[in-house]
Amino acid sequence: MYIIVVGGGKVGYYLTKELLEQGHEALLIERKSERVDQIIEELGNVALKGDGCEVATLEDAGARRCDILVTATGDDEDNLVSCQLAKSHFGVPRTIARVNNPKNERIFRVLGVDVSVSATNLLMSMIEHEMPRRALLHLLAIKHMGVEIVEAVLPSGAPSLGKSLTELSLPVDSSIAAVMRNGAFKIPSGQLTLEEGDEVIAMCKGERESELRTVLLGSA
Amino acid sequence: MGSRLANVLDSEGHEVTVVDRNQQSFRRLREDFGGRTVLGTGIDEDVLVRAGVEGADVFVATTEGDNRNLMAAQLAQKVFDVPTVIARTYDPGRSEIYEKLGLKTYCPTLVGARLLHEMILGKE
Repeated sequence: MYIIVVGGGKVGYYLTKELLEQGHEALLIERKSERVDQIIEELGNVALKGDGCEVATLEDAGARRCDILVTATGDDEDNLVSCQLAKSHFGVPRTIARVNNPKNERIFRVLGVDVSVSATNLLMSMIEHEMPRRALLHLLAIKHMGVEIVEAVLPSGAPSLGKSLTELSLPVDSSIAAVMRNGAFKIPSGQLTLEEGDEVIAMCKGERESELRTVLLGSA
Repeated sequence: MGSRLANVLDSEGHEVTVVDRNQQSFRRLREDFGGRTVLGTGIDEDVLVRAGVEGADVFVATTEGDNRNLMAAQLAQKVFDVPTVIARTYDPGRSEIYEKLGLKTYCPTLVGARLLHEMILGKE
């Protein structure tokens, strides 16, 4: 695989280093010449001085034959434009962008970037996993469909306790996928009655999440 | 350039909002400027919403950064469905590529070069 990394900061540097160690062909594009010299000294001749948002630089970097382009600078606008040029002008099959403002994770996909990664969002989801009470844990997002798969552990006093699944008034675009009780899996039939400590796995459209939480756990 | 454009449009009776991340920039607006000013960066959707992008007829991005303009303009066009969107782009290469992608761009480099050419050799 040939992978171009744009931005020679800490993220871009360690990413390039890892890719090389795994045997890929990787090239790092960086604007500052001192930084380029430093990287070449440490990693070998794998860095190119230039602006990854300029057509000429991407041409020099061999973007036409590149399999993946990753943008890792600290500026979202630069990461976006570089990915868009790679995709539309050079036909790079897969573009991956680091986003700094977590809200841009969604926006970048709307604007044609294949994958966008926000360190803030990753850390936030880690934190959510650490504080399960009264909150839905995000297990998985099926991003292109806007569907979230979430888990709720039912605490005492939750409004859903003692109700069968048919009695729950679930919001539209949501459904219960499974219930785990004392480590055992329960088929989510309509007659199944929820108990304290049940782990409920549900799926819902992203915008329905707070309604679903209210039905299962009560309002925050 | 943004403040100049804002002053002209405002004096023509249009409803104008200026977004800038630097408070100092608003001092370039005329004393009798009747529009709104919003402090913040134009590549942040929350800032754009505060500026009223959702009901805007026209969105113009004229910061000093090509990429910032291209990103802000695409937010306005593709996320907020503003009907007319223009991005200032100094780099003719990027200007041409984004024109092909359906974004209107204004390239001062090309316009300036053409003007200078005319001044040197006269209009053809």
